[in-house]
Amino acid sequence: MNDELVRGVLAGQRRAIARAISLIEDDGAEARAVLTALFPHTGRAHLVGVTGPPGSGKSTLVNALALHFRRLSPPRSVGIVAVDPTSPFSGGAILGDRIRMRDLAGDPGIFIRSMASRGNLGGLAWATADAVKVLDAAGFDLILIETVGAGQAEVDIARTAHTTVVVEVPGLGDDVQAIKAGILEIADLFAVNKADLDGADHAVMALRMMLDLNSGGTHTVLHHGRLMTVAGGQESKGAGEPGWRPPIFKTVASRREGVAELAGAILAHRAYLEQSGNLAGRERERAAAELEMILQQESLRRVLACTDPAHLAELIDRIARRELDPYTASQQLLGR
Amino acid sequence: MSDKKIRVLIAKPGLDGHDRGAKVIARALRDAGMEVIYTGIRQTPEMIAEAALQEDVDVVGMSILSGAHMALFPKVMDLLRQNGLDDVLVVAGGIIPDEDVPALRQMGIQGIFGPGTPTDQIVNFIREKVR
Repeated sequence: MNDELVRGVLAGQRRAIARAISLIEDDGAEARAVLTALFPHTGRAHLVGVTGPPGSGKSTLVNALALHFRRLSPPRSVGIVAVDPTSPFSGGAILGDRIRMRDLAGDPGIFIRSMASRGNLGGLAWATADAVKVLDAAGFDLILIETVGAGQAEVDIARTAHTTVVVEVPGLGDDVQAIKAGILEIADLFAVNKADLDGADHAVMALRMMLDLNSGGTHTVLHHGRLMTVAGGQESKGAGEPGWRPPIFKTVASRREGVAELAGAILAHRAYLEQSGNLAGRERERAAAELEMILQQESLRRVLACTDPAHLAELIDRIARRELDPYTASQQLLGR
Repeated sequence: MSDKKIRVLIAKPGLDGHDRGAKVIARALRDAGMEVIYTGIRQTPEMIAEAALQEDVDVVGMSILSGAHMALFPKVMDLLRQNGLDDVLVVAGGIIPDEDVPALRQMGIQGIFGPGTPTDQIVNFIREKVR
């Protein structure tokens, strides 16, 4: 049955793709067998992450980007994985990203899958990276990965995607927000969406100021409450990724304004990664992070598998009563 | 990490825009621990069948208040079958006259829930029918 599923995925059959993703979401030995068979066929697609705060228009932007990629010549096939949060209370979820993607219905070059985060806190689900592999193996040219509404710390997407688009909206915060650590640091591109609202220029300037702090060149400064551009010292590139300064685009995704420019920059970023040799570096980082995550899960699984549940419960009780510390307890569990 | 969730597609076929009922149901199913893919209003039968396929759902729930159910539901059922989704549980709600119910059951819509149905009843129905 697995062989048939793998053949179906490789042939791009939609039912097989959908089934394989479900198998992976529900986890288990079968899923690992399917992923092992699919892995040699992955690595071709351009993985594009779209992240940003709730309500910033990520789904609408993904819809507009996908439409744009479909209309290029030659048209690019687009897989979409859209993650929404799982309720911490009921374990259920309402996945509403398709509401904004109705323009894409009926196009065989598009495949949309909604996914619940199922308790993972990094903005994606555990299964997201593996679902992306299924779409990659099925032959989609581009895979757009939409995170849950993310604030500051949900940065898993940067380890999963080649190109990360951070979506901001006008009026969210001051320029100090823009220099805090976290989500803004992972951007390869910025989209200031809903740019028809007041404050769009200010949001662009605040982002530009943040980027200037990473480099020489012109500076954007806050002077008497206004952001102004001044000439700076010698031009130097950002430290993290020499040669690529994240461009900032104003978009109105609902009217598709600015989307062509953003889409062009997404493709340009991929070309940059290839030409600069950074793609190989990123792939290696991705591989390291993924291996570490799988090892963590597998080690946990193995330790729990050979631990008597009653013994585990007893250790937990003793820790709760402060009779035992958790470090010693975990050493006991690992050392037996 | 590893737990099988019931996945439900909630869609409003046809042209009426009254989605309050559909949202109440979506919320109730979420609170019952299910993953609800909510597609919103004005869904064509093609859109519903395609979403059910891509999302690999266990259940398709349709809400309709326009009176077009006898025109739209058969199309959805045909398309689901064409997509190989014979095993998906299909339920419907909204304004559906009693005299239409036998015909709808005949075409494979197993649960039909009118206004005022307690949400618990729908949750239990789905839990019993799905595997």
